[in-house]
Amino acid sequence: MAQIFSRNANVHARVTIFGAVVLICGAGWATNEIFWSPYTTYVGVPLNQPVPFSHKHHVAEDGIDCRYCHTSVEKSRFAGMPTSETCMHCHSQIFSDVPLLAPVRESLATNTPLKWNRVHDLPDYVYFDHSVHVAKGIGCSTCHGRVDQMPITWRVNTLYMKWCLECHSDPQKFVRPRDQVFDMAWQPPSNQKTENARLVGQYHIDTSGRLMNCSTCHR
Amino acid sequence: MNAHDASPGTDHGSPTLSPLGYPTNLFAGKETFEGVNETIGSVVLRDRQPRPWWIGFIIAFMLLMVLFLAISWLLIRGVGIWGINIPVAWGYAIVNFVWWIGIAHAGTFISAILLLMFQHWRTAINRFSEAMTLFAIACAGMFPLLHLGRPWVFYWILPYPDTMKMWPQFRSPLVWDVFAVGTYFTVSLLFWYLGLVPDLATVRDRARKKWQKIFYGVLALGWRNSAAHWQRHQIAYLLLAALATPLVLSVHSVVSLDFSVAQLPGWHSTIFPPYFVAGAIYSGFAMVITIVIPVRKIYRLENLITLRHFNNMANVMLVTGLIVAYGYFIEAFMSWYSGDIFDQYMMTNRVLGPYGWIFWLLMLVNVVIPQALWSARVRRNLVALFLVALSINLGMWLERFVIIITSLHRDFVPSSWGMFFPTIWDWATLFGSIGLFLTLLFLFIRFLPMIAISETRELVAEPQKAMTL
Repeated sequence: MAQIFSRNANVHARVTIFGAVVLICGAGWATNEIFWSPYTTYVGVPLNQPVPFSHKHHVAEDGIDCRYCHTSVEKSRFAGMPTSETCMHCHSQIFSDVPLLAPVRESLATNTPLKWNRVHDLPDYVYFDHSVHVAKGIGCSTCHGRVDQMPITWRVNTLYMKWCLECHSDPQKFVRPRDQVFDMAWQPPSNQKTENARLVGQYHIDTSGRLMNCSTCHR
Repeated sequence: MNAHDASPGTDHGSPTLSPLGYPTNLFAGKETFEGVNETIGSVVLRDRQPRPWWIGFIIAFMLLMVLFLAISWLLIRGVGIWGINIPVAWGYAIVNFVWWIGIAHAGTFISAILLLMFQHWRTAINRFSEAMTLFAIACAGMFPLLHLGRPWVFYWILPYPDTMKMWPQFRSPLVWDVFAVGTYFTVSLLFWYLGLVPDLATVRDRARKKWQKIFYGVLALGWRNSAAHWQRHQIAYLLLAALATPLVLSVHSVVSLDFSVAQLPGWHSTIFPPYFVAGAIYSGFAMVITIVIPVRKIYRLENLITLRHFNNMANVMLVTGLIVAYGYFIEAFMSWYSGDIFDQYMMTNRVLGPYGWIFWLLMLVNVVIPQALWSARVRRNLVALFLVALSINLGMWLERFVIIITSLHRDFVPSSWGMFFPTIWDWATLFGSIGLFLTLLFLFIRFLPMIAISETRELVAEPQKAMTL
């Protein structure tokens, strides 16, 4: 009777078995890599905008405060986007006829807001409020990074739930004095540990674990 | 292995009774190696399957299509298509889950515990009940997943490095379930396949067609029947049996903790783990008998599966059935003895409330009718045994219905009471899962040797092993 399997069959069997193990582990590793890469998270990926607005120019070079444009950041859930009138406070006087700013002038003329592409877009099932974070001493740069160094804005954090919970589980690591919230270049002081424990107490930040409840953000 | 296994003076071929009145012989006639190979191996190698196989397979396959329809509609519309709501949030899905996982217990009991106890009569039915175990776990595992609001993110219950920092809640028995059932499936699959390897080699060597030679050849993993192969095979088989043995007790205990960890009257009970395990083996054996009786008839396996097997299985059912009946009694007694008005009301409501008729039907089919197994004539009358087994299958399903639905529908506060009525989709999913189970079973019968050939040959070679009391 002729053999069905050649001498190579054993090799094939071994390659199949070990190959399957390698393939499964590799697939797991690749999935993890993809989920943490900019391909999924958009971290470090500048988004095209109707007007190439540079935070670097306006914040670092001109010294404009965050709240000049994002007016409701201390009072509301939404930080607020500037109206075209706000842009025109300056740009009716300077660079008033550069082609780059044509969309802004058109928006003002036709009374239709500019359509910016959102850089930080949380899912609708997450309740997030800027005002409480600012009031409890969480600085802009903690989440948004050094916006004053970005010619075009990009994300520096994943906005994954894991990232939110890093702070919600241990706010002491990230809190800063309230008057430093809008300071882009703020660095934690050397006595951060004792100082931050004091701030957490002073600002009545709840460390009982309630910040970790599902319903804190998913309401 | 056991000295007292041999009972000299008994003629191997004749239908004799042991001193305790049981049929002693595992084989009806004089069996030979070749006869065993031919009887079992020919089923998978023949070109045409008998007409009953086709009829059964077509019916099962149609039921499977009903399941696919029900699942598709569920994925489109959500769990609202079922009858579940507050207060009865655990409806048929959980009833069916517990029912199927219970049925899955006979396989490992027969394979592992009876193997370790040298009960050689298990040989004729172990392969079959192991396959049944795997298919029942597949049916069972489906239900909790479908019961999730969003089944497509079922993997959130596994501990893996996710983007949400959502580690499973290890204090919840529902998470224990995942591990208990997952372990059980893995060990059962390995055990089943390991036992199959020598038989697959037998089938490979008898195969005439090229695709059969390749198919069974690949599955047989190059088995050459050498002494070294057998030595390692036996060690691995015994080790897996030892690993599987605690699982028989642990898996359904964990399932029962889904209920008894909760505070609800009717669930919060310490009797649950042992009583669930007994119920699982009870329903498992009932399902084995329900399936084996027709299969034995269709494939003329009367020489290999004898009345002694049915007698032994009926005995196991009788014992576990009595434990289950004791569980029912203790539940009622404890609710009275506790002096707790909520517990007492739960029992009154269970017996006399709107679902009372289901309780009494349960008592009839799961406690009263199985008492017929005390009679040796019933144990050896296959029609009667088949009917009793069917009654137990129904009874064990009703038991889970009573535990889950009558406990949930009236709890502490009368203002939150409500009723549960199954919808057509509840029924479609239940009968559809039976279709899945039977389809897999028919395919198993068609493509894999349904009785352990090598172990049966061993009994032919050493007939004294088959002669235990």
